[in-house]
Amino acid sequence: MGTKPKAVIMDETAINRALTRIAHEILERNEGCDNLALVGIVTRGDLLAKQLVDKIEEIEGVRVPLGSLDISFYRDDFATFAPEVHASRIDFDVDGKRIVLVDDILYTGRTIRAALDAIMDLGRPSRVELAVLVDRGHRELPICPDFVGKNVPSSHEENVRLYLQEVDGRSTVEIFDVEPGARVGSAPLGGE
Amino acid sequence: MFNNHKHLIDISEYSDSELMTILTTAKAFSSVNERAIKKVPTLKGKTIVNMFNEPSTRTRSSFELAEKRLSADTLNFGGSSTSTVKGESLIDTVMTLDAYKIDCIVVRDKHAGAPYIVSQASPAVVIDAGDGKHGHPTQALLDLYSIWERKQDFNGLKVGIVGDIAHSRVCGSLIPALKIMGAEVTVVAPGTLIPAAPEVLGADLVSYCLDDVLPELDVVYMLRIQRERLEGAPFPSLREYHELFGLTKKREKLMKPDAIICHPGPINRGVEFDSYMADHPERSVILDQVYAGICVRMAALYLLLGGADNGLAA
Amino acid sequence: MALLLKNGHVVDPQTHTGMRFDVKIDGDTIVEVGENLSSDGCEAIDLAGKYLVPGLVDMHVHLREPGYEHKGTIESETRAAVKGGFTGVCSMPNTDPVTDNGTVVEYVKSVAAREGHCHVYPAGACSKGLKGEIIAEMGDMVAHGAVAFTDDGRGIQGAGMMRRCMDYGKMFNKTFLSHCQDEDLVGDGQVNEGVVSTRLGLLGWPAEGEELQIARDIALARLTGAKLHIQHISTARGLELVRAAKAEGLPVTCEVTPHHLFLTEDALDGTYDTRLKMNPPLRTAADAEALIQGVIDGTVDAIATDHAPHAEWEKAREFELAPFGTTGIECALGLVLTNLVKTEKIDLGRMVELMAVKPREILGLDPVKVEVGSIADLTIIDPEATWTVGAEGYESKAVNCAFEGTELTGCATDVFVAGVRKLADGVVC
Repeated sequence: MGTKPKAVIMDETAINRALTRIAHEILERNEGCDNLALVGIVTRGDLLAKQLVDKIEEIEGVRVPLGSLDISFYRDDFATFAPEVHASRIDFDVDGKRIVLVDDILYTGRTIRAALDAIMDLGRPSRVELAVLVDRGHRELPICPDFVGKNVPSSHEENVRLYLQEVDGRSTVEIFDVEPGARVGSAPLGGE
Repeated sequence: MFNNHKHLIDISEYSDSELMTILTTAKAFSSVNERAIKKVPTLKGKTIVNMFNEPSTRTRSSFELAEKRLSADTLNFGGSSTSTVKGESLIDTVMTLDAYKIDCIVVRDKHAGAPYIVSQASPAVVIDAGDGKHGHPTQALLDLYSIWERKQDFNGLKVGIVGDIAHSRVCGSLIPALKIMGAEVTVVAPGTLIPAAPEVLGADLVSYCLDDVLPELDVVYMLRIQRERLEGAPFPSLREYHELFGLTKKREKLMKPDAIICHPGPINRGVEFDSYMADHPERSVILDQVYAGICVRMAALYLLLGGADNGLAA
Repeated sequence: MALLLKNGHVVDPQTHTGMRFDVKIDGDTIVEVGENLSSDGCEAIDLAGKYLVPGLVDMHVHLREPGYEHKGTIESETRAAVKGGFTGVCSMPNTDPVTDNGTVVEYVKSVAAREGHCHVYPAGACSKGLKGEIIAEMGDMVAHGAVAFTDDGRGIQGAGMMRRCMDYGKMFNKTFLSHCQDEDLVGDGQVNEGVVSTRLGLLGWPAEGEELQIARDIALARLTGAKLHIQHISTARGLELVRAAKAEGLPVTCEVTPHHLFLTEDALDGTYDTRLKMNPPLRTAADAEALIQGVIDGTVDAIATDHAPHAEWEKAREFELAPFGTTGIECALGLVLTNLVKTEKIDLGRMVELMAVKPREILGLDPVKVEVGSIADLTIIDPEATWTVGAEGYESKAVNCAFEGTELTGCATDVFVAGVRKLADGVVC
């Protein structure tokens, strides 16, 4: 893949701790889980969203609706091509819901811009918030997360990736040097 | 670009996994087509020309809807207004279109090989929407999709294609596509409607008797009898054709309980089948095919013209 | 001034073969043939390492004039002929107006005399307007110099009409050149019926559409006693019919084209290359193999090109809309040398029979021999020169050559037409 890990930024314990905190923060901000729904962005944001829903259930005893969103059709960057389109699965009515979008790494903000468009085409939520595990900076759009696991200063020559036990066999956030021409962004599911 | 494919002209250049990617992508678009806002911004700013050099309402409508739901700008060029009618050559017409700065040309032409000519004359992506008696790859894709939805697996699936095999552009793409996916294909027709070398397309078996093969088939694909092309008199009457090759209620007892019926449309009731079979609630997937047409055309346009994650937007 | 062609390796199955001779030409006639002739008072040309053969004749050429000058002219296509090593061509009558009367024959001859680079032997139409209905004025055409009769481009569809043509025309002792195509069976066929027609979705042109008329015309030759020559034979079974007719002693001959010998339908693919669209169509590899066997065993009498120039824009169209035909007169000799002579399937003597001796015989022309007193129509061949078809363009007005890009060994370097040097070191004079 043309990248080599430079450092592990978060291990499994740290990820778990961050998610637990974010779950509490979401409940606190929303004053409970009335009308709340989580939507994770594929791939890996949806897995994080599921973990958050599990944690919210542990805390409040209520299982909030969970959806997954593929934003391929909404992207504005037609560059190198990897046709992995997954159907979005949102089995609840988004109208009037308080939606928390969940993604793994926040970088330029373009994914979130696309995700907002995608959500709006599904209905009219009363409010949309953003939760990310890692914010690595370098925003290109006026987008700011509401809940952050960890802020990680990085350079453009670096890549930050989340790996998760259920698809990659380990749960870590790693930072890489990117070799020229290599693909930036999420690791393919199931390892490289 | 979709892998190494710039165009969709010859479906036999696509592998089974690539065809499957098109089907799964079409499935993703199906969810877009089922919601209230049936539109995504995927091809915003792309210009697509539907160059239909022979009359076609259905295929053109299907492409046009697919393009609009992808937010592309579309231009319908053809029908009675075609420049070719005025004596301009196809190449000159294409060069004129290119001067409009377009991204994709969807070509329907009554002459085999026209999409290839267009692809040589233009830098645009070319999609074959049916050329002469040669091919019709998006029809094959929608057929695959409809069969896949009902049967899940193509391996060893027995598909019978009944009717005018010799003059069918559908067969030119569908039979090779079915073979790529691992299905077995039997063609059924009177000798006057069988091509010179059906094995070249991939037909495993040729039969002149529908009743003989019907009990084996998982999918019965009825081809349209083109009433307008019957001057050559390949059979004595529609009545006799219906008697010998029509899918009728009487023949249903020969079919497997889960066998399905496909037809590329538009259907001729009383020729390819009776109304009982055409409208059969469990077996007939004819209207599903029409719907699948939108989904697979969106998928093909998306894969050839768009692109997915390059990671920059993380 | 007399010309002395020195040290050429003479190949002429009618006279000397395999000898190194000098040949002296005075005016339009060969005046001396022998070893170490004196070059006193002569312009001498050294032909060491080259072959000197009787001038080649292409007995099947479309010059397109009058009527289709945008495709080719008598000037441009005879220029191409000379470049290809030919000293004469038989022109087909599907011009506009059709060459179906003495006036048009006279026109073709006079333009050829004025602008042509080699001899032009016009063939006249069998039927008026090539319609297959009324016998053309054969006597008038013969009086003005027509050498044979043909409705080439189409076959005469009615057996009765073909019989009338042959019965009437036999008094002129000319050969009937027959384009064999049953239009009812062939219909709008575009390519050989079978694998390729199915794959490309094009209407098939079945081999039987040709063979039926070959069989019919052989039967009519038996019935009428007229001389029959089957044009551009393309199928194994068609050739078998000719072989049987010859065995029976009927006056039947046939020609084959380089494209039917050296190309097959397998060359046609999804690119729908219209240069490969010809009539009759390219057939199977087995057919081509049978034709080559016929060339070797003598069943095939002549190699002729069916040189069919078309304007570039006419061929740059959808396959079904493009006209039939390929050019071939500039590469025919190179193709035969490369594919038949170099591979030792035939020797040079046989090649000269196929491309010079037999064509003249079938067309009833005076023989040309490398001997004293013969007209000095001569072709000089460099057997080692390597070249690529089309690499330096064409002398023909047209570029629709099915062999474009083919690498060949051997070509004509010089051509003498009635003693006049028309091709000099590969350059048309």
